[in-house]
Amino acid sequence: MGDRVFGLVAARWSGGKLGAGICCADLTRQYVDTMSNKQPAWAPEDLDRFRAVQQLAYRCAEAVAATLEPGVTEKQTARRMRHWLMENGADDWFHVPFAWFGDRTTFHRFRTPLQFFPTDRRLEEGMPFILDCAPVADGYTADIGYAGSLGGNAVQAQILEDLQEYRALILAEVRERKPLNEIYRSVDALIAKHGYDNRHRVYPGRVLAHQVTRLKVRGPRAVVAGFGVRSLQTLGRELVAERIVGRSPLWADGKSSGHAPTPGLWAVEPHLGLRQVGAKFEELLVVTEDDAYWLDHDLPHVRTWAAKAPAGPGEATARGEGPTGDLTEDATEEESAA
Amino acid sequence: MKELQSYVTAPDGVRLAVFEWGERSAATTVVLVHGYPDTHAVWRPIAEQLAERHHVVAYDVRGAGHSDAPRAVRSYTLATLEADLGAVLAEVSPDKPVHLVGHDWGSIQSWESVTGTALADRIASFTSVSGPCLDHVGQWFRSKLRRPNPRSVGQLAWQGVHSWYIGYFHLPLLPPLLWRTAMVKAWPALLHAIEGVPHGSGAPTFPTDAVRGLALYRANMIPRLTRPRRRPTDIPVQVVLPQQDLYVTPAMAGQAPQPFVGRLWRRPLRAGHWAPLTHETVLAGWIDEFVAHIEGAPAAPDLDRAQVRTADAGTADAHNPDGSGTAAYAGKLVVVTGAGSGIGRATALAFADAGASVVAADLNAESAARTAQLAALLGAPRSGGYAVDVSDPAAMEEFAKAVHAEHGVPDVVVNNAGIGLGGAFLDTATSDWDAVLGVNLMGVVHGCRLFGAMMKERGLGGHIVNIASAAAYLPSRTLSAYATSKAAVLMLTECLRAELADQGIGVSAVCPGFVNTAIAKATRYVGVSASEQEQLRGKADRLYRLRNLPPERVADAVLRAVRENRPVVPVAAEARIGRALSRLSPGTLRFVARRDLTPR
Repeated sequence: MGDRVFGLVAARWSGGKLGAGICCADLTRQYVDTMSNKQPAWAPEDLDRFRAVQQLAYRCAEAVAATLEPGVTEKQTARRMRHWLMENGADDWFHVPFAWFGDRTTFHRFRTPLQFFPTDRRLEEGMPFILDCAPVADGYTADIGYAGSLGGNAVQAQILEDLQEYRALILAEVRERKPLNEIYRSVDALIAKHGYDNRHRVYPGRVLAHQVTRLKVRGPRAVVAGFGVRSLQTLGRELVAERIVGRSPLWADGKSSGHAPTPGLWAVEPHLGLRQVGAKFEELLVVTEDDAYWLDHDLPHVRTWAAKAPAGPGEATARGEGPTGDLTEDATEEESAA
Repeated sequence: MKELQSYVTAPDGVRLAVFEWGERSAATTVVLVHGYPDTHAVWRPIAEQLAERHHVVAYDVRGAGHSDAPRAVRSYTLATLEADLGAVLAEVSPDKPVHLVGHDWGSIQSWESVTGTALADRIASFTSVSGPCLDHVGQWFRSKLRRPNPRSVGQLAWQGVHSWYIGYFHLPLLPPLLWRTAMVKAWPALLHAIEGVPHGSGAPTFPTDAVRGLALYRANMIPRLTRPRRRPTDIPVQVVLPQQDLYVTPAMAGQAPQPFVGRLWRRPLRAGHWAPLTHETVLAGWIDEFVAHIEGAPAAPDLDRAQVRTADAGTADAHNPDGSGTAAYAGKLVVVTGAGSGIGRATALAFADAGASVVAADLNAESAARTAQLAALLGAPRSGGYAVDVSDPAAMEEFAKAVHAEHGVPDVVVNNAGIGLGGAFLDTATSDWDAVLGVNLMGVVHGCRLFGAMMKERGLGGHIVNIASAAAYLPSRTLSAYATSKAAVLMLTECLRAELADQGIGVSAVCPGFVNTAIAKATRYVGVSASEQEQLRGKADRLYRLRNLPPERVADAVLRAVRENRPVVPVAAEARIGRALSRLSPGTLRFVARRDLTPR
């Protein structure tokens, strides 16, 4: 415990004044290693487990979306997701499931984080919705976003179609190892070109993405302010540990994101809006020391894009991956199979 | 023009005076039904215009003009009036369905036939001016009372205030007495003073028509309004909505038919209740356009926009709070320049979201097309994108012509295109001045000139919004060219507002402030090196991002400027504070102007 307190003090002092100063570099590095359970390169078995949780979360979103009927409320929907996940293997939450209907898909007039929580807003025909859930299973975390509408919404369909460009852009620029805040601005530029509104800036910290790790802490599986206590603990540690080395586990457009992509797992969530209609996807991006790839391609939005552009040179762009992406993914799969 | 008079006998023996214009052999017959207290004479100006292409018929309704006037009130029920129309149709167009047009009571009684079965196959289309179906009105009242909200209760109350005369007409003795005495001279004078109805357009039989016609109200109003029937129709209906109607509010006349009419067109008109006498050319044009379309011609752009799409109905949102399909700008055409990004795009999309058709113009064809595409997704019918350089008079002229040909006359024009220029006056070259004034001032001038002329000629009013800037009244040592161009836009707006007020064309200036758009990155700074230029742009962009005022806020201000016809609308807090200071303490602003506030 004493070690921890000392570490925190060191962190504040070094992060706040000198950055990772030379005099305490060894100390902090050592501390970071003991404190953070994030691994620069996840083992294939771990990635498989992350992939499985992400699949679970998307299956939940699809299953619950299929049950939505006119008149259902956000609260009822969030409850359905919660039950579905608990029945199907989730044992904790990064955050509790969220459901947003109508203009709440764009976080219209959100002033406080409390407004993210589900309300009694009822779903109507033609209304867009977004389901966002982040289950944890055995410490492996997923965080996904699923956008849809009741009976079709032309505006949302267009945003969802355009989102594939963002998936490709983010991956390409992460591979170039551009600073995260610059990638954030490239995304903003694409948003401006498309004529949409950046809605992920409403998330706490204006984040386009945040890091996800395996929870290793002990303690009760309680939920505070919508977040799992153990996830909060982990996130708190990450914030401190990353701050020490001049990085942030939150990917925004500020100075704290002015560094090359940190190896690890990132839950990337470009969230766009047009007038009163919003849409997003959220999925895990694997960043290694010198490359990056999307953890999984077998996801609802990717499948939809692939179905629309079945073959030809457009596919690579449409699926947001280059040839190296395929190789990497294949290699990973082979490794995990071996 | 020759007016042919004959008589037709109704089933109950009443003789009706029928008047015809044009060739009986014409392909289409238009039948005009007058209101109260009028005769067929109210249609004469329109009939003469329509007669060039159609066989036109008007008749004096029983009790009016040269027709017989039975004494009993029960001889004036809607059923007997429908039988009268049937008799006229059988005489003037026995083989082919006619295009029916009704004004005031003529419209009310025509609805009876349009929503009924007896004459349904004898009517090809119906144009209703200032006279709703009484059953629809009854249903409208009921639906509003069933789900009352402040807005619907307000609409009910407003219509109630406008309907005072219905109660008055049911009073014994007083109405006939007044018609016969004071009103003989006062009525034409009132019509002239309030509505602008030309002198001498009243019928010679006037006071008698007014007294006998009271039976129309007494026979029908109470039973129909208290026990409204459900009366749907498949006949295409064009509802003309005079916006300053003293008796029928546009809210009611526009909404009441919606649930019952499958094919509905709504056309707001800047006129009072006696539109046939004050706006005869516009009305004749609209009737002609509608008849031609129903007969198979492609719809003119204005008419196309006026059609109520079923998608409009039923979805309640911010712009359509009662879900009645009356989106605030439904049927309107809005032209926005510089619509490929920032404030222009946000404004175009805000109008599209409010139901308008949008013409998006931008220097960049691709981004203009994208705005038009998004506008269409938001439900704007017939939107289009154009590539145009606003500073090029010839290009603007061509653009205006293209808009007129493909979309018609715009109802709202937003002159938004602008460029930024920073730096000291002595570093600003003549070419820099030409560029800034060319886009920021002359671009606005061309937009106002070309589209203002169209609006004036059409005579239905409109609105021009010029995007100025807080720099228009905030002097700065580093913005001489930009601020001068914007100050000119502000003054141009004020002058034009005065000039066009009589035409019902509002002119507004919107002064945004520091809005987070691409202008920060595109602003040119004179008197600095290329690297410094980039640095300044980057810093300005950072400040604009920090200020974080989205262009949507300006778009909302533009819509408010149009809705409330506001002269000058400063948007951001700094723009509003600056405007207040420019009046209260110009010395403060002069002091601040001497500081170089360029972020370095």
